[in-house]
Order: sequence, then structure tokens, then C-alpha cells
Amino acid sequence: MKTAVVAFVVGVIFAMGLGIAGMTNPEKVMDFLDVTGHWDPSLALVMLSAIATHAVGVALARRARKPLWGDAFDLPKLTSIDVPLIAGAALFGFGWGAVGYCPGPALVSLVGLGPPTVTFVAAMVAGMSLYSWAWPTSLGGVKRRNDIPRPAP
Amino acid sequence: MLLASEHALLGGVLIGLSASLLLLLDGKVAGISGIVGGLVRPRPGEAAWRIAFVIGLLAGGALLTASLPSAIAPTHGGLSLKAVAVAGLLVGFGTRLGHGCTSGHGVCGLSRGSPRSAVAVITFMATGATAAYFVRHLLPRIA
Repeated sequence: MKTAVVAFVVGVIFAMGLGIAGMTNPEKVMDFLDVTGHWDPSLALVMLSAIATHAVGVALARRARKPLWGDAFDLPKLTSIDVPLIAGAALFGFGWGAVGYCPGPALVSLVGLGPPTVTFVAAMVAGMSLYSWAWPTSLGGVKRRNDIPRPAP
Repeated sequence: MLLASEHALLGGVLIGLSASLLLLLDGKVAGISGIVGGLVRPRPGEAAWRIAFVIGLLAGGALLTASLPSAIAPTHGGLSLKAVAVAGLLVGFGTRLGHGCTSGHGVCGLSRGSPRSAVAVITFMATGATAAYFVRHLLPRIA
């Protein structure tokens, strides 16, 4: 329960951060990505200040043995730089640059119920479902539940 | 009234702060695509906090509409809904295949000094710039 309350509050603050930073304005995001147009570099500051702030959190986490209300830090285990990583990031970038939405800002903007936003989020969830249900493991797909070895009791 | 750069800095601090809270309190990484994508086939005990986070994002959107109405742009781009749907599919599928988006690789991964995330960020920035250039400058000439 505590972890869900934390997640809710974090979601609210995250959304406020995205909105204040200008990430929920797709035109502004495209102004940042389109370096040949009226380039707006301010969104680079969003990433820099977010990283500078979160680096402190990461440093604190490295000193702690475990999170305050969780059993263990659940960090990504993948370290390899491989084809699925680069192909996935490339596909994501094409979609992001074409419309100006990445996943967080699209979800935050759902409240406006704009047809492009609703369409984008529905298609995004469909794309995620396609990956989780149909994409073969041999091509970088997710492991089926049966494939995952059970941890020793 | 804050300047765009001050808004950007303040927003970034809030994003970094929220990611740190999630890490230090729950031990989770604040990667939006991973959190949402993990709801498609959730593992036991993994659904509640993800749903709570997404509800938080939506509630934050409502709070923004009330407090900073200009933040959430009502319309955008000149793309048809079909093209928007294709872009959404690419974002959904691509972030799962590449295991992260702007938050997971861009903020959390780079904050941890992950080389994997650095490669992902360079890649999606490059294709993002390409797509924005195409939509803004080439598409109007073709269409």
C-alpha cells in the first residue's frame, strides 16, 4: 500500500515537472528536435537539471542497502549494447520526433481529451502490447513467464 | 513570470526529485514506458504501484490544467490522425524493444552513468531530429 501511495505522489510530481518544463507542448518539443528551424534549446536544460537532481538520489541509493519501503532496489539488469536497444531507440525517436510526444507527456496530456492525444496513447499501448504478446524472444522480445526461472525459495 | 529556461530548470528538478523519491522509497526506476509497458502482462505484485503511478500522472495532468493551463497544448502538428497513430505505435513498440524512453534512458539511465542508456539517448535524439525535420520541412513540400 505504501509503495502505491509513493508511486501516486511521484506520478503527480513527475507530471507537474513535465508540464512546467514544457514537455507537454509537442510543438515546443519539435522546436527542440528540429535544429534547422527555430531551434529552442531550453528542453536540453530539462534533461540536464533532471539528471543533476536525480544523480543525488542515485548517490544516496548507492549508500543505502535497500529502499525505505521496498525489499530491494529493482534496477535494470541489462548492460549490453545490442541491436534491440538501438533498433528500439531508433523507432521510438522517429515516433517522438514526428508528433512531439514521448510516453510521459502523452499520458499527462490525456486530460485534455484531444483526439490526437487519445489516438497517440491508444496506439502507444497497442505498440507495447504487440511487443509483450507477439514479438519473438529471438528478436529481443520479452521472455514468457514460463521461461523465467523461479527464484530459489 | 518565469523565462522558458527557468521553467525548464524547475521542471527538470521536479522530474529528478520524483525519480529519486521512487528510487529511494520504493526502489523502482521512474521509466514511464517500463512502468506502463509492465502493465500489459504484469508479474504478480507488480500491478498496484504501476497503476497508482499512472493515475498520479493523470491527476498531475488535471492539476496542471487547473494551475498552468498553457502547459498542456490543446492541439499540435499538422499530421493526420492516421499518421499520429503510426507514431504512437512506433513509440510504444520502440520503447519496449529498446527498454526505455526519455525518462528511463534519458533521466534515470544517464543519472546512473549507464553506457547502454547513453547509446539509446544518442540514437533517439538523432532519429527524433530526423523525424521532426521530415515533418516540418519535407512533408509540407510533398503534400
